[in-house]
Amino acid sequence: MLALDIRNVNKQYPSFQLKDISFQLEKGYIMGFIGANGAGKTTTIKSILNMIHTDSGEVHILGRNIAEYELELKQEIGCAFGGNDFYNRSKMKTLTDVIKKFYKNWNDETYANYLRRFKLDENKKIAELSTGMKVKYSLALALSHGAKLLVLDEPTSGLDPVARDDLLDIFQELVVDGEISILFSTHITSDLEKCADYITFIENGKIIASSEKDEFKESYRLLNGAESQLNQVKERLISYKINSFGFTGLIHSRDFEPTFDIKATIPSLEEFMIYFAKKEDTHV
Amino acid sequence: MNVSISNTSEKPIYQQLFEQISAQILKGELESGYCLPPIRQAAQELRVSVITVKKAWEELERCGLINTVTGKGCFVAEFSSDEMLRIRNEMILNQMEIDISYYKSFGLTLDEVIALLKKIY
Repeated sequence: MLALDIRNVNKQYPSFQLKDISFQLEKGYIMGFIGANGAGKTTTIKSILNMIHTDSGEVHILGRNIAEYELELKQEIGCAFGGNDFYNRSKMKTLTDVIKKFYKNWNDETYANYLRRFKLDENKKIAELSTGMKVKYSLALALSHGAKLLVLDEPTSGLDPVARDDLLDIFQELVVDGEISILFSTHITSDLEKCADYITFIENGKIIASSEKDEFKESYRLLNGAESQLNQVKERLISYKINSFGFTGLIHSRDFEPTFDIKATIPSLEEFMIYFAKKEDTHV
Repeated sequence: MNVSISNTSEKPIYQQLFEQISAQILKGELESGYCLPPIRQAAQELRVSVITVKKAWEELERCGLINTVTGKGCFVAEFSSDEMLRIRNEMILNQMEIDISYYKSFGLTLDEVIALLKKIY
C-alpha cells in the first residue's frame, strides 16, 4: 500500500513552477526529500497537504485523494515545518490546549512523553524557546495524535547533533511496526545516509530522481582522474571541477564505461547535491 | 551476533552487513538454526534503513546461508562442510579479485605477489 502517491502535480508561479511532480512512498518507510534552497521542496510539501491550489495533478494519501478527503486525512497526517511560527506570547500549554481539540485521536500521555524526551517545559512561552526547541515542540504536536503519515519540512535544521540523533532514533522507532511512513526534507544529508529508505531529489521544480537510497547513489559515479583524462569524459559529465591534483566530476552511471580507466566511486548524497548545484552555475 | 558498521567506508552498508554476518556463519560462530533479528528491529538497532537490512538478509538467503520461514523469521541454514567450503572459497575469491587488481596496477607478477605474501602471512 502507498502512504503517499503524488501524480503529475503542476503549479505555475510568476517566476517559478513545479513541473509534473510525481513520486510514491510505500507504507512503513522513510523517504528523504532533498534539493537546494528554492528548488521547490516546501512548495511540493504544501501541495501534498493541500495548502496551495495546484494547477493539475493528484495527491493520494493512504489511498485517498487529499482534495476530496482533506478533513479526514489531516487527522492521520502529522506535519511540522522548520521555521514554524506560533503565536509567540502564549505558553506552550495554552497553545497545545487549542491545537489538540482539532484531533480526535489526541493522546495526552504520548504528548507528555515527548515533552519529557525533548526536555520541553510546557509553561514556557513560545517567544522564550530556541529554534531547536520550537522544532521539537512542533514535532511533539505532530507525533501526539496517532498520525500514520508524517510530513516534515526541515525538521532537523536548527537542532544540535545530539538532538538530531535523538530525532532520527525516534523516526526509526516510529517505523518499526511498518504502519507509519515519514517524508522529510532536509539539507543535512548525513541524516539521510543513516535512516532513509528512499531518496527523492528535486531541482528547479522538477523531480530528478526518486528511488531506493543505494540505487539512487549507485546510479551516479564520482570520477577522479588526471586533467589529461578530462577531455575523454568532459561531454558526459554533469559537472566537474579542476585543481592541481586533477579533476573530480559527477557522471550518470549509464554514461560511464569502465574502460575509461578513471577512478570512480559512489558519491555521497552531499557530493551529489554539490555537483548538481554546480551544473546550475554553469548554465547561468 | 556482532556487527559494526562504518558510515564512512566506501562499501555500501548492506554489503558490510552481509560480509560480517556471512563470515560469522562460515566460521561457525553463528550456528545453524540461529534466529536473526527481525528486519525492522535490526534496522532500528543498527541505525540503518529498513531496506538496507532487507537487502543484506536477501543476499544471505541468495547465498544459501539463511532460510526465511514466513511468519517466524530468518534462521541460519544447515549445510554440509562441502557447501561451507564452496561458499567460503567463493567469498575469498571475490576479495582476492579486488586485491589482485590493486597489485596489478603496480605491475607485479604472480611470483612477486606470492613472495610478498609469504613475507607477511
